[in-house]
Amino acid sequence: MEMMDKYIYSDIELDIYEGKVIESLKKQNQQAISDPDEWLDEDISRNVLLATVDSVLNWARCTALWPVICFPACCAFEFMGAASPRFDISRFGMEILRASPRQADLMITAGTLTWKMAPQVQRLYKQMAEPKWVIAMGACGINGGVFKGSYAVVPGWNKIVPVDIYLPGCPPRPEGLLYAIEMLRKKIKKSSLKRQ
Amino acid sequence: MVSLSGSDIAAILGKNSVAGIIQVNRDNLVIDSQSLRGIASFLKDTPEFDFDYLSHITVIDYPVSFELVYQLISFRHCQSFILKIRCRDKETPSIPSVVDIWQGADLQEREIFDLAGVVFEGHPNMKRILLWEGFEGYPLRKDFKNDD
Repeated sequence: MEMMDKYIYSDIELDIYEGKVIESLKKQNQQAISDPDEWLDEDISRNVLLATVDSVLNWARCTALWPVICFPACCAFEFMGAASPRFDISRFGMEILRASPRQADLMITAGTLTWKMAPQVQRLYKQMAEPKWVIAMGACGINGGVFKGSYAVVPGWNKIVPVDIYLPGCPPRPEGLLYAIEMLRKKIKKSSLKRQ
Repeated sequence: MVSLSGSDIAAILGKNSVAGIIQVNRDNLVIDSQSLRGIASFLKDTPEFDFDYLSHITVIDYPVSFELVYQLISFRHCQSFILKIRCRDKETPSIPSVVDIWQGADLQEREIFDLAGVVFEGHPNMKRILLWEGFEGYPLRKDFKNDD
């Protein structure tokens, strides 16, 4: 649409020019102009999930159980077997053993506990941050095992700390420990923030 | 390692006029508890024996007595020998300590005191080592009864 190179226009000339402008604009703008922020919708639909607080919390807790290093006796060798590449508990996000109980949330009671050691173990448990779980691993962890009745042995770790999962065996094989961990994960997934 | 015979040792002890032998056996000597320190010093300091290492001390709870077994070793002569003491006082058993003769007796005497209740007179630190203060009874005695 060229400008008319004149300085004085008649009314009809201006009307005709106005009509051409309108027709041209109408011809070019038949389609709706797209929203410049439309890409955001697509990104959100790709990356944002909605879930309940419980399921998100439980998912986070059960997929990164960090065990505290508290293995008083021979069941610890089965735990080492479970932690090594053959059985590979890093599949469950557990490969980081915490030397500080403040960074751990799972205590695996791999071994016999004596009364002289018991105050230290209870202190370790109290130092762990909430939420925290305990797996009683092996016969000694459950009720003292072959040492039950000894003057020096605690008959079961549940006399000292609250136990969530009991894993029998003397010692249990790493597969057994993996099964116990799977049971614990199921237990965690059922937990809720609501007061029972 | 040659294990010396009791009769040989007893003959040499008698020749040096060391008293206190109660019974001479094939591979050990049973001696009087009061003469333990004298015989121990003699066996350690005499160059002929030179028992410079106390391998272990054991206590046995017999119905009528506590028997203490001292296993001696001489590294220079590659010889070993066993001394025994019978303590007939079952109520308050007491034996002279040999810590100042063999320092390795320190923890072993404390362990025997802890688990069997035999008191070693002259020990510099006679207290429990494995069990905690306040534990009642001596668990390796035959008459020990556990709560469980």
